[in-house]
Amino acid sequence: MSSKMQKAGTMDKFVSFEHVSKIFNAGSVNENVIFTDFNLSIPKGSFTSVVGSNGSGKTTMLNLLCGSLPVDSGSIKVGDMDVTKLREHQRSAFIGRVYQDPSAGTCPNLTILENMALADNKGKSYFLQRGVNRKRIGYYKEKLSLLRMGLEDKLEQKVSTLSGGQRQALALLIAAETDLDLLILDEHTAALDPKSAAIVMELTKRVVEEKHVTTLMVTHNLKFAADYGDRLFMMHRGNIVFDVSGEEKNKVSIRDLTERFDEISIEDGN
Amino acid sequence: MQIFLGLLEVVLREGFIYGIMAMGVYITYKVLNFPDLSVDGTFPLGCCLAAELITKGVNPWAACLICLAAGALAGTLTGVLHVKLKITDLMSGILVMTALYSVNMVITEKKAVLSIFNMPTIFNSGIGGAVYEKLGQWGWTVMALFVCLVVKIILDLYLETRSGLLLRAAGNNPKFVVSIGKDPGNMKILGLMIGNALTTLSGCVLAQQRESADAGSGTGMVVMSLAAVIIGGAALGKAKYIHATTTAVIGMVVYRACLTIAMQLGLETIYLKALMSILFVIALISSRYSEERREKNVIKNAESRNNG
Repeated sequence: MSSKMQKAGTMDKFVSFEHVSKIFNAGSVNENVIFTDFNLSIPKGSFTSVVGSNGSGKTTMLNLLCGSLPVDSGSIKVGDMDVTKLREHQRSAFIGRVYQDPSAGTCPNLTILENMALADNKGKSYFLQRGVNRKRIGYYKEKLSLLRMGLEDKLEQKVSTLSGGQRQALALLIAAETDLDLLILDEHTAALDPKSAAIVMELTKRVVEEKHVTTLMVTHNLKFAADYGDRLFMMHRGNIVFDVSGEEKNKVSIRDLTERFDEISIEDGN
Repeated sequence: MQIFLGLLEVVLREGFIYGIMAMGVYITYKVLNFPDLSVDGTFPLGCCLAAELITKGVNPWAACLICLAAGALAGTLTGVLHVKLKITDLMSGILVMTALYSVNMVITEKKAVLSIFNMPTIFNSGIGGAVYEKLGQWGWTVMALFVCLVVKIILDLYLETRSGLLLRAAGNNPKFVVSIGKDPGNMKILGLMIGNALTTLSGCVLAQQRESADAGSGTGMVVMSLAAVIIGGAALGKAKYIHATTTAVIGMVVYRACLTIAMQLGLETIYLKALMSILFVIALISSRYSEERREKNVIKNAESRNNG
């Protein structure tokens, strides 16, 4: 497996996991070894899809990368920076993340406008300046109109009044609003109905292409994994068991993926 | 009639003074979702500190500012205990409240009650004195309203700033605050500073109005303020163009009115704290009930639309 990872890593590597280990509840009866000596490298500007069964370590990988969880050993780098010791909110300066839960990426009790304005000031100081810069409203409307959901006319509405799909689209817009180096999509279509999921996925593609941002998408939707992105890997028990990119990836069909998936699922007894 | 007007004046005056605290508790309880019990300690801190400062000859308005700072410091302590040392929210408040009892005793030099009778306060000197000359007892209400209004306007303006938006976000969805690169823990500490600063100011103003400070006046302050916030929110929460800060103050006026009516009906003072708890339970249950009914109505309307 490692030879394949090296192949992908020969390009300018941007995100890298080096010898990362993570064990939950170490030393107790509930000990759960997720990663031992996990290595991964992702080139700049790539759009990588990650699939895998429950408990394979996909989400833990994202949590380690974003700093929601500390690593037990090893290091994680983004660009030239070792981020292993940085706290989650410090990493947020250059990482945007969209969660599975549509209410996680926005503030339900604030209006769309207030949400946009807060995110717009990311990286700046938050003191006694006016919270909402009225001069930016035109820009926000323009951005929102790209979603084609009519949100640009609902600026003063609380986000809690929006549907899950609308919220997730807004969350994506907000996550990608400022300059970022890395976009993390954490099963971001999993809680949506098929139609909304398709809309959000198309929007994702547009955002990624516009921003040329390095993207890592974890998904349970094998179709999305096959259709979108330029690299795909499958995780199983904390290891990468299938890794294709470029031309090779384009040839991968959902059937291939499903077969692969079944193989590892049988191993797990599912 | 004379008696009624007299009672009305007391209700309004005390409603406005305690209303300053209600706005502080609104920040911690509603905006931050933090049940802050340190309020029971920071209220008498304001009373005692004000009385002591005025006894020492400090200008009464300066005493207000010093009390604000002292309350902010106490709030910081609660916040640091919770955010940095990971002690639960309730426990952090209880710890600070308990420690403040000693602090208050040190401030008052071991006296339970400190009188500042006939000393200059914001109610009998300067503008306050002039207003009192004109309006008599109603002058006190006017001064209380004035301080309450200034606090309300500043707080409303603050909540619209970037920092204010971030504070609201921290209570609503800490993950979101993290995602824009800020530490929600720091915002929590800031909110607790504001909440306790306002509570201490409230105690400071009350002591000046009564011309005495009672180190034991903190018991029940949390319950009273929470009840006010809940009553105000239930009665006026859905009304547009009324700030939540206003509803907290109105809630407090209503709450004080209930207490005053009970006292007029002959309730003995010793039952007052029990009544405060009972009123709180009633407010909580009725607000939940009205919330459920509102939801049911929404569902019913949606159903009738579908059928029609």
